[in-house]
Amino acid sequence: MQSHSQRPVLGLLAIGVGAAVGIALLNQRPSRSYRIAPPDSAPGRLAKHADFGDYAVVGKTVLIDKPRQELFDYWRDFSNLSSFMENIEAVKPGTNGSSIWTIAAPAGQSVEVETQVVDERAGELIAWRSVEGSSIDTEGRVAFRDAPAGRGTYVEAIVAYKPPGGELGRLIAKLFQREPNVQGRRELKRFKMLMETGEIATSRNRREAA
Amino acid sequence: MRALTWHGTHDVRVDTVPDPQIVNPRDAVLKVTSTAICGSDLHLYDGVIPGMLSGDILGHEFMGEVVDVGPKSTLKKGQRVVVPFTISCGSCYFCQKQQYSACDNSNPAEKQDISEPLYGHAVSALFGYSHMTGGYPGGQAEYVRVPFSDVGPIVIPDGMDDDEVLFLSDILPTGWMAAENCDIEPGDTVAVWGCGPVGLFAVQSAKLMGAERVIAIDHYPHRLELARKFGAETIDFNQTKVGEALMEMTGGIGPDAVIDAVGMEAHGFAPDNVLEVAKQKLGVAADRGHALREAIVSVRKGGRVSMPGVYGGFLDKFPLGAMMEKGLQWRTGQTHVQRYTADLLRRIQEGEIDTTFLISHRLPLEEAPTGYKNFHSKQDEWTKVVLKP
Ligand SMILES: NC(=O)c1ccc[n+]([C@@H]2O[C@H](COP(=O)([O-])OP(=O)(O)OC[C@H]3O[C@@H](n4cnc5c(N)ncnc54)[C@H](O)[C@@H]3O)[C@@H](O)[C@H]2O)c1
Ligand SMILES: [Zn+2]
Ligand SMILES: [Zn+2]
Repeated sequence: MQSHSQRPVLGLLAIGVGAAVGIALLNQRPSRSYRIAPPDSAPGRLAKHADFGDYAVVGKTVLIDKPRQELFDYWRDFSNLSSFMENIEAVKPGTNGSSIWTIAAPAGQSVEVETQVVDERAGELIAWRSVEGSSIDTEGRVAFRDAPAGRGTYVEAIVAYKPPGGELGRLIAKLFQREPNVQGRRELKRFKMLMETGEIATSRNRREAA
Repeated sequence: MRALTWHGTHDVRVDTVPDPQIVNPRDAVLKVTSTAICGSDLHLYDGVIPGMLSGDILGHEFMGEVVDVGPKSTLKKGQRVVVPFTISCGSCYFCQKQQYSACDNSNPAEKQDISEPLYGHAVSALFGYSHMTGGYPGGQAEYVRVPFSDVGPIVIPDGMDDDEVLFLSDILPTGWMAAENCDIEPGDTVAVWGCGPVGLFAVQSAKLMGAERVIAIDHYPHRLELARKFGAETIDFNQTKVGEALMEMTGGIGPDAVIDAVGMEAHGFAPDNVLEVAKQKLGVAADRGHALREAIVSVRKGGRVSMPGVYGGFLDKFPLGAMMEKGLQWRTGQTHVQRYTADLLRRIQEGEIDTTFLISHRLPLEEAPTGYKNFHSKQDEWTKVVLKP
């Protein structure tokens, strides 16, 4: 399998065509099912036989009862992300408009990743990618779409990354409760709570950690 | 502070634990003045609800005095409030539709992982219950932290006793919603399985909503006696064949609506129940559905099934055919308490609803374990226990 290290993975996923097509492009070899099955309306990452090569892809959509622009603005200020993303310790501005993300890693350690915004449409979309030579090869995008009948905004976040140390890295991450799929789901829920209620629900009874 | 804590099946204790604090901006902290033990607490006591941890503080029916408020609480120190057992944010899609017990934002994100795979969706949070429903410390304690205090609690006017209003926290709205879910029409006969607190409030509510006849079913003579006090006819399932009796009493039509106010721990020696008691003991997420099955088979064609009784897992031998072929409607759920509190408070004030009849025992919080034991094992006389911290 060829390396995808600097290939814009999500760019391929995002074109909105059927599941099989996105995957086929990633794999560079159309499968049999690709030829018979017509594309459906679900996001490509949900294909039963999704295969993103060396990449792990995490994606989740949440409906938030707030206008698109308001949600976009909050997210676009990356320094806000640590308020609802448990494993993001901080996001600080780097040089040339880049951002430096400090991500919590197992055993109390942390990793820094430098990213650049590669696409941006006000109120609609933010996409970022790690710069060349970054310790984790990752890209992400968040899209904001109006839900029907004034019910708010569909917020879809997708992150693709090459796990440190491949499968083993994921295994370790799982052990430390930082499994990206679970984490991703929780983080979008926290984002929703914060936007809709102004706070993040907790059953803790006291301010300091128990 | 002192608090009633869960340590395992039939093992609850009063322990000393840290006092709660304001954690989030919309929080309040109450000094609890009265708190009750609920039939739902008995499901925890019997260990048939998953997701409990040793040391959890129980109690979801409570009221008290506001002693601390967060910057975004609308309560004031010194106010007396009753708190709904359902924790609701007030601003999500569901809360806006007044479906408070479906709130999307009250169950902490990491706890939503428990119910989402089981039910397809994460459930909302409740006080003093399983970690599946948030694991929020409950109110059978000297103090309690109340999240979203600007949405849930209802302020009680001076001059009303705790005993009169405490049940606004759960069982009165639950009985009321159970009756509302019956869509009662003039001339209707409503049958109610279970004469516990929920069933008895459902009897009262159904009468107030215009049911012509209410038939209450249980096996405890004193509880049946209380149902008769509110104008119900009664059936003792130890003495009488329930299904046949209901048909005879309604001229072969069957009740127009039925209420299952028993839930997942039905009593009795019907064969389906004996098998399900065994399964529950094995811990296979099995519910005991004897009362529910009987209700579905008894209700008339095109009738309504209302199920306030709590179920948590899976049920075998469900009379699905009867449901479809008779064209039944079915409504259930944790109560949307906040939807009903203001209206029910007014009805209590105007003397339309009697709440105090139910209380059989008042105990200091320190004696809560005795309260659990007797509410569980001497149900006939112990109809409702109120604890005073
Ligand atoms: N939906 C909600 O929001 C909500 C709120 C509160 C309580 N509940 C549930 O409602 C149910 C009743 O609560 P409660 O406080 O009245 O409990 P309870 O245990 O005091 O009462 C249950 C009654 O059902 C009777 N019973 C048992 N088996 C029966 C059978 N086969 N036929 C007829 N009667 C039978 C018992 O004798 C008892 O009197 C419980 O499942 C509880 O968890 C639901
Ligand atoms: Zn209750
Ligand atoms: Zn809500």
